[in-house]
Amino acid sequence: MATVALPEAARAQRREWLVFLRRLAARRTALFGLVVVVLVVLTALTASLISPFDPIEQDLGDLRLKAPGFRDAAGHVHPLGTDHLGRDLLARVIYGARPALLVGFAAVAISGLIGMAAGLVAGYFGGRTDDVLMRLADIQLAFPFILLAIAVIGVLGPSLKTIIVVIGVSSWVVYARIVRGAVLTLREREFVQAALALGGGDVRVLLRHILPNALTPWLVVATLDMARVIVIESALSFLGLGVQPPTPTWGGMLADGRVYISTAWWLATFPGLAILVTVLGINLFGDGLRDTLDPRLNV
Amino acid sequence: MSTFLVRRLLQSLVVLFGVSFVVFAILHLTGDPALVLLPPDASAEDVRRFREVMGFNDPFLVQYGRFLTGALHGDFGQSVRHGEAAFGLVVERMPATFELAGAALLLALCLSIPAGIVSAVRRNSLLDYVATVVALFGQSLPTFWLGIMLILLFSVQFHLLPSSGRGTLSHLILPAVTLGLFTTARITRLTRSGMLEVLNQDYIRTARAKGVSDSPVVWKHALKNAAIPIVTIVGIELGTLLGGSVITETIFAWPGVGRLSVQAIANRDYPVVQAAVFLLASTFVLVNLLVDVVYTYLDPRIRLR
Repeated sequence: MATVALPEAARAQRREWLVFLRRLAARRTALFGLVVVVLVVLTALTASLISPFDPIEQDLGDLRLKAPGFRDAAGHVHPLGTDHLGRDLLARVIYGARPALLVGFAAVAISGLIGMAAGLVAGYFGGRTDDVLMRLADIQLAFPFILLAIAVIGVLGPSLKTIIVVIGVSSWVVYARIVRGAVLTLREREFVQAALALGGGDVRVLLRHILPNALTPWLVVATLDMARVIVIESALSFLGLGVQPPTPTWGGMLADGRVYISTAWWLATFPGLAILVTVLGINLFGDGLRDTLDPRLNV
Repeated sequence: MSTFLVRRLLQSLVVLFGVSFVVFAILHLTGDPALVLLPPDASAEDVRRFREVMGFNDPFLVQYGRFLTGALHGDFGQSVRHGEAAFGLVVERMPATFELAGAALLLALCLSIPAGIVSAVRRNSLLDYVATVVALFGQSLPTFWLGIMLILLFSVQFHLLPSSGRGTLSHLILPAVTLGLFTTARITRLTRSGMLEVLNQDYIRTARAKGVSDSPVVWKHALKNAAIPIVTIVGIELGTLLGGSVITETIFAWPGVGRLSVQAIANRDYPVVQAAVFLLASTFVLVNLLVDVVYTYLDPRIRLR
């Protein structure tokens, strides 16, 4: 193998990454979580390839509410059974990963960016700015989140975009608090003081010197928050305020399952398991990430 | 001490002020509250007259001032659906919600604090592993799914417990377990890590070296210091419980504020929604104010901040 000499700094950086990855991989639970998350993401991306049936096509004939393992007239097996409209449950569980992950990633991106900005500004400038931002955070936290979300979605009408924006805009506080805390200590460090003494402007110091060092706690919060967002997305779908039918959502399927609970247990069981596995995977990975990067981080 | 309390009280007032503004602004999100409040088939003439009567043509801030004055007098307007005062409707349902949230919190505290302590003291024992795994699952289970599964098991399969309504203690069990599990998991993990941290401190080692036996070390020295983050999280978890009650009450047909507000949103009954959100948020602010007062007794250093 031909080796190209890396500049010293780049090589050190790469070594740091390798050390980090090796430490993360040494935590078996974190690795397990990562594998689960990757599998769920792959399922969502390749849903149209791996799904055995169409998730939306109905069959109101003799395919309604069949138990798991049912073999239909054409000889196809429905491993997880069918729902009250004769739709294959496995196909719907597979496709349900899409809205869950989409809302998860998009909402976390929005709240993460808002929270990062608010935390940087509050921690760096302090004083009045800090007071105002932290009071805003208190106001945000005082709301029963689900209630606020359903009130807003009730007014605006449910859609994918509304859900993402509502969750994204109202989840910034955790990020802001953790970034602010990091900035407060970073601001006093020598390298930041040196950058300022050398005439670096506020924006430059914030973006070049402070931000990269505040990214670690931010990343941990983002990972763990993704689990929370996915649960909220399914809760909203469960209440009929999520992505609208016929698009399959795990929460929506659970709501159907609740209606048929005394006759068809599989309807409510499998979509719930899908949520549980996904959220558990993310939580395990997030915990591992936190313990590897910064065990003292209180999130 | 008193300056801390006064400052904290003022902060709470500012937060409540902000809450009232957001609650008010929700109706104006689409630009025209008349269209939100009226049924979709209302005629243009009706909409115009409604706007006139409700004062929706006034400047935004004038309307907010009117809303705030009303809210301070407990007047959120009439419920569109029930024809009664929205405030009264919500207040009537408050005891049911407090009962459920209180039971869930009590359950969580009774399970999680002993579990967390045992986990920390007997670190890496079988009990520790069991508690850790249960807590991990508890944090990952969606409330509404847990509720449905509990109904499937205890109501549909074994006919042991009622699946809906309020009244006897047996009605309370399933909803309280459903609502409390997430909080139980959170507090267990927090107690465990808090205790572990304290048990590694020098003064614990000193106490041990002096020959103080195990249980006084745990109870007198360690738990008192680990209690501070636990008290804080109880305040925050109450918000989770009040919010979570929306889902839990819907699943178990529990006649509380959460279910009332979900129904109100479905019926476009916004005065009720506003009153409910405002009152739940106020409860949360109030409880956290109390938590901070307790806090200053547990850790006098806080006052000096």
